[in-house]
Amino acid sequence: MSPVFDGKLVIALGERDGVAGPAIAACAKAAGNEVVFSATECFV
Amino acid sequence: MTRPVVSHAAQVLAHVPGLARHGSKPSRELPRNAEVLQQFLGSLRSFDEAVAYLPHQAYIGAIHPRELPARPWVGASPPASRFTPGGEIMPEDEFLGLMACLDQFGLVTLDHEVADLAAAALARHPLAKQVELDRLGAAAGDAEAVAGEHGSLALHIDRDRLAAGFRRAHDADDALAAAVLLENLACKATGTLALLHLVADHGIDPDSIDYVISCSEEAVGDRYQRGGGNMAKAMAEAAGLGQASGADVKNFCAAPVPAVVVAGALVASGVFRNVVVVGGGSLPKLGMKFQGHLKHGLPVLEDVVGGSAALVTTDDGVSPVVRLDGVGRHRVRAGSSNPQIMEALGVEPLEQLGLSMLDVDDYGTELHNPEITEPQGSGNVPERNYKTLAALAARRGDIAREAIPQFVAERGMPGFAPTQGHLASALCYLPHAVRRLTSGDANRVHMIAKGSLFLGRMTQASDGMSVLLERNQASPVL
Repeated sequence: MSPVFDGKLVIALGERDGVAGPAIAACAKAAGNEVVFSATECFV
Repeated sequence: MTRPVVSHAAQVLAHVPGLARHGSKPSRELPRNAEVLQQFLGSLRSFDEAVAYLPHQAYIGAIHPRELPARPWVGASPPASRFTPGGEIMPEDEFLGLMACLDQFGLVTLDHEVADLAAAALARHPLAKQVELDRLGAAAGDAEAVAGEHGSLALHIDRDRLAAGFRRAHDADDALAAAVLLENLACKATGTLALLHLVADHGIDPDSIDYVISCSEEAVGDRYQRGGGNMAKAMAEAAGLGQASGADVKNFCAAPVPAVVVAGALVASGVFRNVVVVGGGSLPKLGMKFQGHLKHGLPVLEDVVGGSAALVTTDDGVSPVVRLDGVGRHRVRAGSSNPQIMEALGVEPLEQLGLSMLDVDDYGTELHNPEITEPQGSGNVPERNYKTLAALAARRGDIAREAIPQFVAERGMPGFAPTQGHLASALCYLPHAVRRLTSGDANRVHMIAKGSLFLGRMTQASDGMSVLLERNQASPVL
């Protein structure tokens, strides 16, 4: 488990031109965290 | 099968600072803070400032985006005209009048004085004969009383002068609320204005148009079918395209490219001979980043709604060809990172045709004006896209890694479009593409658009499509 997120629930917010929400969520899950919400947003 | 070409394009802006408060963000933020409201109203641009704003001049085709000087563009006031061959910037009083003329349901009630002003101004407009100006008289009334009715909106000009009341069309249907119908009517009016310019400025017979495809963003419908659609036919009717029918292509901001591809396919297959692609403006996006603008001492830069129209027709031997064998699509399994999307849209279709990325002169991607987006922290969208494309070209071996900045400078361009979603997504470059590909200044333009499907909460995916436009080899170098 990632020491940074140790014991934390994860809200994954992605950006359309950067990293998408599901990709962040996948990384967090792979690190052993629970993802409670994930979405991608558009800021233009 | 005939080759489809894009023969003409038109592009318009309506400068509507008085409507900016009805953009989604201002409509939520301004009522909560009187001080911010006053700051907002004090930061709206005059019409002359909006006309002189160089990105707007690039949008209506007066200059090519690569002719834009170094920023800042705000504050510069070069000599500028509101009209170009195939475009214009319309002031807000005329635009309110145009909306009233196109309103068939008594939604708009104009203040008598404003109705007179609009009637006088529109009567002098080059397209006056194409608009039923006598409807303005019927639309005049007690604007203040209408604006005060339950469910109505007050519309303003000159920053804070009440100009019109805007009624809802149903007392219990949210899809027919005043705010929704205002968005839809503004979209219809800008799209119609672009259609009128397309036809009149280029000498096209209105009765020759068979079909209209709208790639506009707004959802026209009622509570039983909120996105029922066919803004296209409403615009066609309003623009006097009496022999046309139409339908809408929806795909968030990516919609213009599939609309061009569908239009090209209809022409190539012989289903129709003349198909127009049209996009009306997006009123909800007005003032979307106003907080960043105010924070940085800038005017409210999202004060225009746009419109765009282009004719896709049979091969005339001169106009740029829509390469239907050069269409890129973002497959479900393609991956959602920006490089993966750009690979699917910007690289794969060229590889299919045996072309290198250097065989494309101009990449028309999402061309949002960075002077609008950066103050709010949204970055420089076109620059990001061009750097990704250049990196892919370097990975392919088309260019050396050191040549990435040169690729960006020569085949990219500064963003110049207002943040009107679909209009900024490649469509805004179409008039420039047609001009350069017809004159021989360019041989290929790659139009690339992306859409944020995930915003609708039906999928986590995005989408995108690209299409290659190519100089008609039969055309002489002018």
